[in-house]
Amino acid sequence: MRHHPLAPLSFLLLPLGLYVVWVIYPTFATMAMAFTDWDGISAQWNWVGLANFERLFADRVFWLSLGNNLRWVAVFVTIPLAMGLALALALNRNVRFDRFLKIAYYLPMVLAFVVIGLMWAWIYHPRQGLVNNTLFHLYGFAQSLGFDVNPLAARRIGWLGDPNLAMGSIIAAATWQHVGYVMILYLAGLKTVNTELLDAGQVDGASPWQLFRYITFPQLAPVTTIVLVITVIQSLRAFDLVYVMTRGGPFNSSNVLANFMYIEAFMNYNMGYGAAIAVVLFLISVGFIAAYLYRVVQEEER
Amino acid sequence: MRRLVLIVVWAGALLWLFPIGAAFVTSLRTQTDISAHGFWSVPREVSFANYAAAWDRGRVNRYLLNSFIITIPSIVGMLALSSMSAYALVRFRFRFNRGLYFMFVAGMLLPFQILMLPVFQLSNRLGLYDTHLALILFHTAFQIGFCTFVLRNFMRTVPVSLFESAVIDGAGEWTIYRRIGLPLILPAFAALATLEFTWVFNDYLWALVLLSSDSLKPVTAGLSTLMGQFVNDWPLIVSGSLLAAVPTLVVFFALQRYFIEGLTMGATKG
Repeated sequence: MRHHPLAPLSFLLLPLGLYVVWVIYPTFATMAMAFTDWDGISAQWNWVGLANFERLFADRVFWLSLGNNLRWVAVFVTIPLAMGLALALALNRNVRFDRFLKIAYYLPMVLAFVVIGLMWAWIYHPRQGLVNNTLFHLYGFAQSLGFDVNPLAARRIGWLGDPNLAMGSIIAAATWQHVGYVMILYLAGLKTVNTELLDAGQVDGASPWQLFRYITFPQLAPVTTIVLVITVIQSLRAFDLVYVMTRGGPFNSSNVLANFMYIEAFMNYNMGYGAAIAVVLFLISVGFIAAYLYRVVQEEER
Repeated sequence: MRRLVLIVVWAGALLWLFPIGAAFVTSLRTQTDISAHGFWSVPREVSFANYAAAWDRGRVNRYLLNSFIITIPSIVGMLALSSMSAYALVRFRFRFNRGLYFMFVAGMLLPFQILMLPVFQLSNRLGLYDTHLALILFHTAFQIGFCTFVLRNFMRTVPVSLFESAVIDGAGEWTIYRRIGLPLILPAFAALATLEFTWVFNDYLWALVLLSSDSLKPVTAGLSTLMGQFVNDWPLIVSGSLLAAVPTLVVFFALQRYFIEGLTMGATKG
């Protein structure tokens, strides 16, 4: 079908223009900025070559943050993924009150990370929080049974204040939020699974595990790819929870790259340095973005 | 076996709801009561005073209004613009069609950090820093990626003959877009709008980057102010958090089907 050569442009001009100004240009501008010493305020700045990156790779906080991001990814691609898939499988058949059960799991997903962060900051609070108060009573109960525990010790656990616990505590809150999302995607994926194959497998006497392993799971592969990519991207982007709950502390023990970058750029006015951190974060994400794109391209060619 | 699975699923569901339920109970109590007797004590009195305080003194009323002022135009903007770009990508064959599509898809997965500094700088230069317009423009622009991706794939399921018959009737492209394109993607609009509402409404990072005046802050950024203002008054802080969550919860419960449709539309086809 022929059309006026400028017709596409008339539709694309506005959306594309806005997109280029606010998304495409900034992406490249950050890459350029990473090679400068701009402080965000003064008009004067200099090209400094790789200085920001050299400094970054020698910075202990960078490695701590990167390590925490990787831990976050490692937890996120295992626990919420396995839980979400298991829940989807369990709820994909006739279960009474299945709507209630589904809502229970995906309700946290609707909440803002700030809301989640504040709620969990309270849950983890040493003296007034939910966790320690519950432990206090459990310890008391154990003590009454003759165990040698001190209930008061429960109120000394600093879930967010102890450098050994802070990161894990934040990731736990994030997991609470993420499971429902994985479940929804797998539930949608399960609707597309070919049931004839499952019936045939059942007739052939395959065990439930075999049915899952060899029929259901392979058919869910496209969903799994997407869940994996989005989960990883989310773990790399993670900012709100950390910023609200600990600001990366104590002693950077719960710092992540996004928070590190925000603090360097907007609190310490090291924009060039912040840009370098963003570029590293971007480079780590690129592989996953490419994996997603690859799937989209494949779909196009079908 | 089946029964065991159900027990675990139920136990998990209750565990998942527990933090929200416990937060609600705490929000109805006073700080002194909880400090003196602990969370698991029987409440001495129950009131909505914390909500009133958060709403009024904590300025959650103002913050919530700001959230709506930012969110609603952003959604209208992104849907209008991405329906145009999606239409162009589906309707016309031109050289960079595929390339543009892939660019939109890649863009929606970018880590925000790679955009933050130039977006901050740009809004400063355009004189938009510390205005709602800066946030509206940015949200609209950024979400064009995801919305175009979803709408384009949705529109592609429309048979080409529908468009062609309109062309034969002599309708111009903008008429075809309005009369045929838009009505066809209306169902996708509902899903996208619901999903985007929660995303934009819940944004915190961009409010932090693009706003500085307290009176302009959306409720997410406002909550952190509230936390500083009422240090350690957890019942009040928790009340504020729950108030902040009300709009997204209402939207979610009212439009649940669309919300889930929107989420899965982006991820799976059909």
